[in-house]
Amino acid sequence: MIDELKDIKNEALDEIKKASDEKELNELRTKYLGKKGKVSLMTKQMGTLSVDEKKEFGKALNEIKGEITEVLEEAMKKAKEKALNERLESEKIDVTLPGVSALSGGMHPLMKVVEEVEDLFISMGFDVASGPEMEEDLYNFEKLNLPKNHPARDDQDSFYITAERLLRTQTSAMQARVMEGNKEKTEIRVICPGKTYRRDDDDATHSHQFTQIEGLMVGENISLAHLKGVLEVFVRRLFGEDREIRLRPNYFPFTEPSLEIDVSCFSCGGKGCNICKGTGWIEILGGGMVHPNVLRGCGYDPDKFTGFAFGIGPERVAMLKYGINDIRSFYTNDLRFLKEFNRVESGVYNESK
Amino acid sequence: MKVSRKFLNDYIDINGISTQNLADRLVSVGNEYDSVSKFVPATNLVIGHVVECEMHPDSKKLHICKIDLGDEIVQIVCGAPNMRKGLKVIVARVGANLPGGVIKKAKLAGYESNGMVCAFSELGIPHKFLRKEDIEGIYELPEDAPVGEDPLKYLGLDDEVIDFDFTSNRADMLSMIGIAYETGAAYEKDIKLPENECEEIAEDVNDIYKIDVKTDKCMAYLGKMVRGVKVGESPEFIRNRLMASDIRPINNVVDISNYVMLEYGTPLHFFDADKLGNKVIVRNARDDEEIVTLDGISRKLDESDIVIANDKEAVALAGVMGGLDTEVTNETKNIFIECAIFDKTSVRVTSKKILRSESSNRFEKGIDPNRILPAIKRAAYLLNKYASGSVLKGVTGVDKTSKDDKVVKVTLDKINKVLGMNLTKEDVIDSLERLKFKVSFKDGEFTVLVPTRRLDVNIREDIIEEVGRIYGYDKIKGVLPEVSIRCGGRSKLEEMNRTLGDKLIGLGLNQVLTYSLLSDRQSSLFNDDKNKVYLLNPMSEDRKVLRTTLLASLLEVFEYNYAHNAESVNIFETASVYFTDDNYSEKPRIAGLMYGDYMVNAWEGVKVWVNFYTLKGVLTSVFDYLGLGSRLKFEAAERKDMHPYRCANILIGREVIGYMGQVHPNVCDKEVYVFELDTDKIMNQKVKNIKYKEYSKYPSVSKDLAFLVPKDMKSEDILEVIKRSAGRLLSDAFVFDVYEGDGVSDGMKSIAYNLTFTSFDRTLSDEEVNKITENVVKNVHDKLGVNLR
Repeated sequence: MIDELKDIKNEALDEIKKASDEKELNELRTKYLGKKGKVSLMTKQMGTLSVDEKKEFGKALNEIKGEITEVLEEAMKKAKEKALNERLESEKIDVTLPGVSALSGGMHPLMKVVEEVEDLFISMGFDVASGPEMEEDLYNFEKLNLPKNHPARDDQDSFYITAERLLRTQTSAMQARVMEGNKEKTEIRVICPGKTYRRDDDDATHSHQFTQIEGLMVGENISLAHLKGVLEVFVRRLFGEDREIRLRPNYFPFTEPSLEIDVSCFSCGGKGCNICKGTGWIEILGGGMVHPNVLRGCGYDPDKFTGFAFGIGPERVAMLKYGINDIRSFYTNDLRFLKEFNRVESGVYNESK
Repeated sequence: MKVSRKFLNDYIDINGISTQNLADRLVSVGNEYDSVSKFVPATNLVIGHVVECEMHPDSKKLHICKIDLGDEIVQIVCGAPNMRKGLKVIVARVGANLPGGVIKKAKLAGYESNGMVCAFSELGIPHKFLRKEDIEGIYELPEDAPVGEDPLKYLGLDDEVIDFDFTSNRADMLSMIGIAYETGAAYEKDIKLPENECEEIAEDVNDIYKIDVKTDKCMAYLGKMVRGVKVGESPEFIRNRLMASDIRPINNVVDISNYVMLEYGTPLHFFDADKLGNKVIVRNARDDEEIVTLDGISRKLDESDIVIANDKEAVALAGVMGGLDTEVTNETKNIFIECAIFDKTSVRVTSKKILRSESSNRFEKGIDPNRILPAIKRAAYLLNKYASGSVLKGVTGVDKTSKDDKVVKVTLDKINKVLGMNLTKEDVIDSLERLKFKVSFKDGEFTVLVPTRRLDVNIREDIIEEVGRIYGYDKIKGVLPEVSIRCGGRSKLEEMNRTLGDKLIGLGLNQVLTYSLLSDRQSSLFNDDKNKVYLLNPMSEDRKVLRTTLLASLLEVFEYNYAHNAESVNIFETASVYFTDDNYSEKPRIAGLMYGDYMVNAWEGVKVWVNFYTLKGVLTSVFDYLGLGSRLKFEAAERKDMHPYRCANILIGREVIGYMGQVHPNVCDKEVYVFELDTDKIMNQKVKNIKYKEYSKYPSVSKDLAFLVPKDMKSEDILEVIKRSAGRLLSDAFVFDVYEGDGVSDGMKSIAYNLTFTSFDRTLSDEEVNKITENVVKNVHDKLGVNLR
């Protein structure tokens, strides 16, 4: 009988070996170990045996049962693994096929520049202020030391709405508004971005509507050296750490002294190239020390206070920064143009440039 | 202003300084220029002597010439009618670069030609300066012209020109003498003034002319007289200097008046003394008074204009243009010279009305009171020398101007404080003396005597600027101001615009920037506002009125991109709109436009096309972000230029804050969706800060209910009943299916809602939830008369 058991065992192990999947293995479990399985049936023959034989047979039976179970479990595990692998393989995809294209929006390049400038000046304690585009002649010109019929008004051909109101030609109009609005006549740090308008024919370098960012700092000991220091921070942030600036005398009626500010060419580093027209310098903005007449007209005592003011042209900055050669591109809004700016720049990476 | 190197060299020695170096040095003290160029651009020219000249055997025009160039004799084929043996001519050698191209060795009608004999017009002299003979034939040099030499040098045309763009405050730079002073300051050189003393005859101008100034708009009016002038061509140096300064030579008399204006910056006017008469009156014009100006045009004047009149009528428009009747002509013998100072503003107003001229430009910016006398004498001197005139003794007229230097005081401390430098007393004195200002220093304070020619220097800040620019701003070291720390920041509106923009960008929209000015047609789209702002002086019909909505501009951006094959256009703009009311108010708006694909994966068959609900979803997402989602409502609305059945007002609570929908096909035949919101109204909402609320720890139960309802019943009406009747346990309810067609009778639709129930204190039982939904169904039936499907 023990031999019979051994035969059953060998038969079972043989069949388990041949089984190909979980289903067959389950069937074999039933066939051998189930209630009516071959191994279980053998126990019924035990009745004919002596006590000793029973003992021996029982032991052999348990051993065989254990052995079959173990092998079966092992096979079962392998079969499951195989089945899973087959399933996974059947789920194989082409990862190179395109994904769902959700829209990618973005900021207008000019607004990107404005925001970058705003963030920088906010970090230096400047406020951002805005004012009317339909400005009074008083603020756009007169309070800026540009009385009616001043020849310098020719530099800014204006769109008039009434005899005394026009579309502002410069955000400098905000200088007077901010200074006048500060009733306590305390220190001022402010930048004023906004739309400005001049009667220029639209072409590659002129636009009847454009953007400016006015900067103004008024205090008891503000100097031209401070203007230079602050603008150095500005150009280095926008155009790279190695940039230098150069101050050139110029004329604006509302600053004295007045300056044109050049930045060392970020393309050639100052050696001279076609971007800087061989000079190594690029004209970037205008500024100067607030004219005493402007201070006085806004209630600041020019013997006590001095201040600097500057005007940045974001169009010009963006054109230089991104290599855009036609100012009209900003206002045409060709999506192919706009989408080139729908990403972050090197500022977020360890290695910038 | 075009500045001739040769002309400038008459007043300051600039030999040894290249024109480019001069231009750049003047830039560093504040004078920008547009270009530096040769007055005559042609190269490789030589004076040739025509030693042989024969007609071409087969041509009636061509000459076969042998020309001696000094170092060689070349054969040149020339077609000029005035070509003949013995002439001295301008020859462009092979390799010469002319405006018309490079001269090459060539064969013309079978004969070798080694160069070109030039007409004046071929050298690149501006066309307006050419005489008839300069264009029609080759230029005939005088007989004594040296063969083999540079003809431009010989003719005095080897000049270089800097085209300066002087700032409008520097009236002094509109004169060669002024530029000489500036150059002198830059290079530490002295200047030389022109000669103006000549022999005068015994007759005194004061015995002939009486000047009567009857207006306070004339500060000075000087007159001088020259008799017996011979009108003819100016000497070469005057002609050349005028041309290089961009002024066309006319005749010696006219040229001299222009020449002196360029030298001194003082416009002169020459009257034909015989036509003028003996009385000169300077007065305000009378309203409707007329004068025929030099250009033959009759001008109607008013009281703001100043005129020069004789005893009969106005003979010149002061500072702007002379009159035709008293004009100097070829027959003129006797000249009355005027040199005056008129009120800047008055000349500006008149010239803006009538004509901007070299003369009015100088009057507007101001005339140095110390220049008028030397200038009038200089004109007489030149008329004597180059027009054979006899100069009468004396100068007549009225001069109320002060000739004294202006006194300006400034401390060394103030200079250093404003510039942020550490200049010494000597640095300051040196800079100012280079400008030929007289300076003294006492007790820390400078007293500066500013010459009258510097009309722009009047206050201490002007002196500080002069010191800074001459000493050199490049020596200023940038430093950051030491000020107390403060928090900078944006205004609420800017923060709101950024918030809205960031969210829309995240949802896939591109920010655009468009013009505020529109055409009449565009400005009336999407609105019929009566309070639009029109420009008084628009440049074109396309840009004449300020917009009251952003949508027309966005539509234009759509049309542009659609025409350029964009498959989807999803854009927004934040900007102001403009009204006349409330004393010209500007109101912030945010508007957007969506068209085409919103989300696509073609190969997978995923495609979300923008429709009303896409845009509504985008806006809902924006308002959820703003914390206003629960108060947001959309109500069907009719709006100008919008699809009548696909347009909704957007409300927060009961307030309409904007609208959205499809653009009317009459306005745009593509399925384009737009929205516009009133940013102020969004900002005026009250939204609480985030306060964390515990979520339920018990599972939610979800139930679906589908109702069969009339087709035009609004889903929200049903939803409202559901919400009201479901009680506190209802945590969410939304439409998940809308169906019409098979199984649903005509005129009806099936609309299915998903309801979620949540309790904060227990797990809900099915029975409990079923009881609620039964009540919901009953309520919907009672209130709306519809049943479960």
